[in-house]
Amino acid sequence: MRIAVVATCLGDALFPRAPIATVELLERLGHEVVFPADQTCCGQMHVNTGYLDAALPIVRHHVEVFGRALDRGADAVVAPSGSCVGCVRHQHAMVARRAGDEGLARAAEHGAERTYELSELLVDVLGVTDVGAYYPHRVTYHPTCHSLRMLRVGDTPLQLLRAVRGLELVELPDADVCCGFGGTFAVKNAETSTAMLADKMASVLSSKAEVCTAGDSSCLMHIGGGLSRLRSGVRTVHLAEILASTDRGNASADLVFDTAEVGP
Amino acid sequence: MSVHPGRAAQRSRTVELGMPTVASDPHRHLRGTESFPAAAHKALADTQLRRNLGHATRTIRAKRAGVVSEVDDWEELRRAGEAIKADTMARLPELLVELESQVTARGGVVHWARDAEEANRIVVDLVRGTGADEVVKVKSMATQETGLNEALEGAGIAALETDLAELIVQLSHDRPSHFLVPAIHRNRAEIREIFLREMPDVDPSLTDEPRRLAMAARAHLRRKFLAAKVGISGVNFAVADTGTISVVESEGNGRMCLTLPETLITVMGVEKLVPTWADLEVFLQLLPRSSTGERMNPYTSTWTGVTPGDGPQAFHLVLLDNGRSNVLADRDGRQALHCIRCSACLNVCPVYERTGGHAYGSIYPGPIGAVLSPQLTGIDGPDDVNASLPYASSLCGACFDACPVRIDIPNLLVQQRAAAVDAHTRPTGQDVAMQAAAIAMTTPGRFKLAERALGVGRVLAGRKGRITSLPWPASGWTNARDLPAPPAETFRQWWARTHGGD
Amino acid sequence: MDVAREEVLARLRSARDAGAPPTPVVVPRKYRPAGRYAPGSAQAVARLDETLTDYRATVTRVGSEADVAAAVAAFLGSASGIVVPPGLPAEWLAGFVGEVHRDTPPLTVDALDHLDAVVTGAAVAIADTGTFVLDSGSPDQGRRVITLVPDHHVCVIRAADVVCSVPEAIARLDPTRPLTFVSGPSATSDIELDRVEGVHGPRRLDVVLVGALTRS
Repeated sequence: MRIAVVATCLGDALFPRAPIATVELLERLGHEVVFPADQTCCGQMHVNTGYLDAALPIVRHHVEVFGRALDRGADAVVAPSGSCVGCVRHQHAMVARRAGDEGLARAAEHGAERTYELSELLVDVLGVTDVGAYYPHRVTYHPTCHSLRMLRVGDTPLQLLRAVRGLELVELPDADVCCGFGGTFAVKNAETSTAMLADKMASVLSSKAEVCTAGDSSCLMHIGGGLSRLRSGVRTVHLAEILASTDRGNASADLVFDTAEVGP
Repeated sequence: MSVHPGRAAQRSRTVELGMPTVASDPHRHLRGTESFPAAAHKALADTQLRRNLGHATRTIRAKRAGVVSEVDDWEELRRAGEAIKADTMARLPELLVELESQVTARGGVVHWARDAEEANRIVVDLVRGTGADEVVKVKSMATQETGLNEALEGAGIAALETDLAELIVQLSHDRPSHFLVPAIHRNRAEIREIFLREMPDVDPSLTDEPRRLAMAARAHLRRKFLAAKVGISGVNFAVADTGTISVVESEGNGRMCLTLPETLITVMGVEKLVPTWADLEVFLQLLPRSSTGERMNPYTSTWTGVTPGDGPQAFHLVLLDNGRSNVLADRDGRQALHCIRCSACLNVCPVYERTGGHAYGSIYPGPIGAVLSPQLTGIDGPDDVNASLPYASSLCGACFDACPVRIDIPNLLVQQRAAAVDAHTRPTGQDVAMQAAAIAMTTPGRFKLAERALGVGRVLAGRKGRITSLPWPASGWTNARDLPAPPAETFRQWWARTHGGD
Repeated sequence: MDVAREEVLARLRSARDAGAPPTPVVVPRKYRPAGRYAPGSAQAVARLDETLTDYRATVTRVGSEADVAAAVAAFLGSASGIVVPPGLPAEWLAGFVGEVHRDTPPLTVDALDHLDAVVTGAAVAIADTGTFVLDSGSPDQGRRVITLVPDHHVCVIRAADVVCSVPEAIARLDPTRPLTFVSGPSATSDIELDRVEGVHGPRRLDVVLVGALTRS
């Protein structure tokens, strides 16, 4: 299958390991991955902050870039982010219709039909749960709100994690409660966000996991940033990175990254 | 970016006949005095409040989950509830006229109120007409919204709240913080203190056992009920095709107010309507399980007009607009009028659980309140406290899953955020940043440049690899969380290096 | 002309029609119209027994009308004075030795406040929710106030009047009469959202279920 990857703006600039792992995983599974280089951002931050007019050109740009990728033979679009896919699937057409652009709304819906979050693509479209990964760590999974309630990915990430060799999956108490990120919410209502984060971190720590994983770098940035501040010794790792890891080592280990211990 | 200066403000000043207007709020029950983050700051520091709310919401969430899981057609009921309310809104004026004619035909008197003041004036005049100087009230959001108690007090009429939680709020000169349990922010020990302090004839050996506290309320109110001449209530559901009104309650205080007085005055928001009697078969399943987490609440009363020989022989129904027509005018936003005030969205909301209801400044708190309050009273510029309410959510979506009538609250919050942005009468710092980001995000060349600028972050992070302090507004982040140093290589640089191109 | 009425209606019309003409809404009624068990069936009555008990009503099952009097008398115990609606079957009270006040002519609230209990029938009961409905127009149920002021309510429910689901009950009721849906004794969840029984309504609720003792 030929798959166009959405690196996501956050993944591209701040957390490249997640989209890199996505590419390596899909290539390992025998698929061709393309990266439409004109891509920027899905517009989620603008939409969720209420800048629906300003979001319109961003949405149009995303729809055009990935519409072209699909026209040029891509079978599917994938993003290692539940919230970006949630925005594409549930908000792009709304933004277009609000601006009276029915053509863009239809094009957005057309693209959204073939846009998947990583675990959806793997399990629901490609039909794999065992991706041949090896990750010998004690891991707990935080189902991000948009994966859980916007995309309804259900337990597909857990199916994938259960098939990872060496991985000990431990349950996260109150898993379905929001971590408190919420995009600009984390800054606009920083104290409430922090209070929610405190409870999420307490749950992560009580699980005794070494690693907290999720399908969204933004939530992991939040949880990981808090765990780092506490010097808790628990790290956050994107689901894609775990699935890309093999017994030949971390797939992205040959990359030049900071050698210092980085929170997320 | 198109900024529409004061669109909401313009709307609020339009008072032409037939034009929707925003709510009047004579006693400031719909609009707070400080922004949500400022109010939340105090609530978050109140450890007793946090504990009380955490305990109460955990309890109710577990109860709700239990009774909802018993109903195998719950999703079908939700879809029916959603559609019945959508149908109601699509026919609201016609259905109200039908309700009016049915109530009138059965001996009731229907009054119409454009806003809060008008509703209060109608009720005060009706009470005065009976000669009573005291009324018993069963909990009603509509009369809280209009500030009826203050209006009655101003006319020399004592309004006695009879719902236990409402009584606690009234006795402690407090404000309600929840639809269903206005004193949810109080625990049993605090309630005992309030009763000992404020109930004139309370037994001084009163303990904090909930049963004993309930008994104290019974003793306090019983004489008042038996002697009451006028009762005032709200409405849970009004049935257009029969003129039937229903009130859903637990304690029996509602039955007392609806049955014993000679005169009953009922105030309802115009949206509390359902088209037919049979529609109650849906809502009497959805409401109790969603609100108190019970299969059925202890008492639901229904009545139609006046019944000779049984109950009040004078019945007045006050139909209240107070900004609802303004909400109805927004085709997406009108969904908020479907709300049946069950409070399930409050109980599952992680923000509400931590800040409590007072932080919202309105008698309509929580996720639906963060939508409804600004919808009803409008957003008047970027500094209006109402502008902060739609942002009081992480958009986690738990509210939609819990809503018995499937109101898409996260989407309505986004729509109200857009209304808040539209109400910017001058460009804010956020506007400028968002506009700049939007330009970068539609120009791939500039986007790459912006990414490279992130290299600055690596300098900030230094050798420790994490950023621990940033200036405002990013300090909101770094006060509690680190930020990782930006990577040495962006994804697109990696792609170019490993896959070629670009 | 009522100015407020005309203005509210005009506003609502213009708001409703804003943007686009209203589209008719079709309500999907795919929920269960009927319950799991047939009305009056032994299973429905057994479920009602469970749900009533779960919400702190005390239930006695009897096989036939002839056994009602003993069950009612047992519930009333040493009560000295009770009120009953005008048309309550006299046979139901045959075992009660105290004073019976028929609510005809209507008793005053004060008089009711001095009585120990009330005995009524019910229009319909809902097994799924542990609810019975009092229809004030029925001679064996009476005015709303008689089941409200006394602190103890004994309700006699015939198996034939037991349905499983809320929709089945709604269909049997006459909305033009004052109705009271009762599910357990008076209660409140206002203190820490936990249910405690006994506030303003009758604090004691006893139910006699008549018939359908064996599985049909």
